[in-house]
Amino acid sequence: MTQPTLKVEHLRTHFFARQGVVKAVDGVSFEVRSGQTLGIVGESGAGKSITGFSIMGLVDPPGRIIDGRILLHGRDLRTRSPAEWQAIRGNRIAMIFQDPMMTLNPVLRIDTQMIEAVRAHDRVSVRSARDRARAALARVGLPSPDERLRAYPHQFSGGMRQRVAIAIALLHQPDLIIADEPTTALDVTIQGQILAEMQQLCRESGTALIWITHDLAVIAGLANEVCVMYAGRIVERGTVDQVFDAPLHPYTRGLLDSVPSRNQRGAPLRQIPGMAPSIARLPVGCAFRERCARATETCFTEPPLYELEGRHVRCFHPIHAEDEAAAAT
Amino acid sequence: MTGAPAPPLIELREVSKRFVRRLDVAAKVAQALGAQAPAQAAQAVDGVSLAIAPGEVVGLVGESGCGKSTLGRLAAGLLAPDAGRRYWRGAAVDALASAEQRRVRLAIQMIFQDSYASLNPRLRVQDIVGEAPVVHGLIEPGGQRDYVARTLERVGLDPSLMRRFPHQFSGGQRARIGIARALAVRPEFLVCDEAVAALDVSIQAQVLNLFIRLRAELGLTYLFISHDLGVVQHLSDRVLIMYLGRIVEAAPTAALYASPNHPYTQGLLAEVPRLEIRRTHFAAIRGELPSPFAPPPGCHFHPRCPHAMPRCEIERPLLREIAPGRFSACHLNDPPPDATPAARPGAGLA
Repeated sequence: MTQPTLKVEHLRTHFFARQGVVKAVDGVSFEVRSGQTLGIVGESGAGKSITGFSIMGLVDPPGRIIDGRILLHGRDLRTRSPAEWQAIRGNRIAMIFQDPMMTLNPVLRIDTQMIEAVRAHDRVSVRSARDRARAALARVGLPSPDERLRAYPHQFSGGMRQRVAIAIALLHQPDLIIADEPTTALDVTIQGQILAEMQQLCRESGTALIWITHDLAVIAGLANEVCVMYAGRIVERGTVDQVFDAPLHPYTRGLLDSVPSRNQRGAPLRQIPGMAPSIARLPVGCAFRERCARATETCFTEPPLYELEGRHVRCFHPIHAEDEAAAAT
Repeated sequence: MTGAPAPPLIELREVSKRFVRRLDVAAKVAQALGAQAPAQAAQAVDGVSLAIAPGEVVGLVGESGCGKSTLGRLAAGLLAPDAGRRYWRGAAVDALASAEQRRVRLAIQMIFQDSYASLNPRLRVQDIVGEAPVVHGLIEPGGQRDYVARTLERVGLDPSLMRRFPHQFSGGQRARIGIARALAVRPEFLVCDEAVAALDVSIQAQVLNLFIRLRAELGLTYLFISHDLGVVQHLSDRVLIMYLGRIVEAAPTAALYASPNHPYTQGLLAEVPRLEIRRTHFAAIRGELPSPFAPPPGCHFHPRCPHAMPRCEIERPLLREIAPGRFSACHLNDPPPDATPAARPGAGLA
């Protein structure tokens, strides 16, 4: 087996707020290989985005990575100096945000920003940097890239801005792209276009992709493996087919059941009761315990993430195929 | 659009709405100096007719900028149409006496997407929900607390929270407050504009269930506006697809999702990611929604349509009945002049 592009081990990112410690990411492990796509799904506040920010080294105080290893091609990013991390960020690892204006400077022309991004990591002439910028814009399907280079971000539609942000992420042919809800704010046809382009680009260049989203259906169409996060932890990890066809964790099951297309039209949706607990005041033991129909006394202790049926699950009472059959009759 | 003997609960006939972009100072000066810079107008809604029967749930789907929110506001009476009329139980609303008009206004309520923007942050929930029924004389001022408590219970909120302010609630709870505010004046018809769009999947399921339950309990009629085809499919009896100010297809939900007729509907349904479809090759409708300030001539969809013909660039296709209860606005449905069987727009895509 080749070495994974990125391997994250026991990552813990906590925020030391005045009200107490917020364990936004608490012991997350996964890996992603060249040309593969890993989906991270969860609801607001599950810690998906902070996981992405942690890999990029973008966690600001009062947040801090307190434990774990982030191995890019086997070398731990956390042992690198800030200058070394700077040289990797935007070069070997790139990130695409939900709001492209996180990437784009509103008062600079696109060419200024893209040439700067090229020359930040490669010592090339302005002219050749400009050529690379034009090629990157053409690659994400932006019509008339020469004209677009001279435009300002406000002259673009939301979908085109997101394409520019993707083009900037692609400038250095990174080994890993972290995409944090990049299509959530876009219309379904534009989302389809961007998914098609990302998929093709990663397949051609062998870039590893981490796709963070709350939309299970996008992950189903895009990813090889999926991590389901709840309250800062991974509750289930496996291939898309395993996790979506036969979820082991009751939370994964509840999420899948909440999707309208999985339900009979007009009938009440099977819903998860209650709402996600505040990550600053988690219940003792399993964080999902209070919303879970399968919870027992055992769940007052914290379940470990362990291997079961070829994947990983964090639950004392996983849903087995026999249970499913019993429930159906 | 319906041939039912009873008049529809609400009907819009050929309504249109234009928004004019005002000239700024520089443009006014330029115009005074003789420059050709006329004010720009966007045709948000372009001659749309729509009828909703009592108890029916109609879904309205389209991309951002297609005019679906404007159409919702026209139906709710929050905007006045530039052309066309609105009918309530068969009677033109603008011809009613003012007391009757007020009664119609109460019977139609709207639920908005952004519960932060639509709930007054300085009012307690008790006043947000309880103010309108007191003002309109539906309840005595002394009975406000009890009435609010019952309304909150109906939408699944704890009545003991009625002294709190909107910011003290989660997104899902604020969505419920917005629904309680609308229900407090005992409406018959709710216009829900992206009412669940900002919510997480599990919370969205809870709020959708609330809509389904309220419909059964109170016999409500909904116009459910959403960009989410899955949500609309689940909730609606009938679905309207809108593109750049016009309705391009209208059909019963099951028929529309099983065999979409209009090329835009076909493309839209093909784009929707589904749980059952794994590691697919995403393929997309070309291009983006054109600017409503400069819509393409003829059929608005022709620049993106895989089946576009010369005729589509010139002639606007009308919404015509293609099967009982099914309407579509596409030239492909017309029999060709040589009377050979028409090429079905779906045939080439299978």
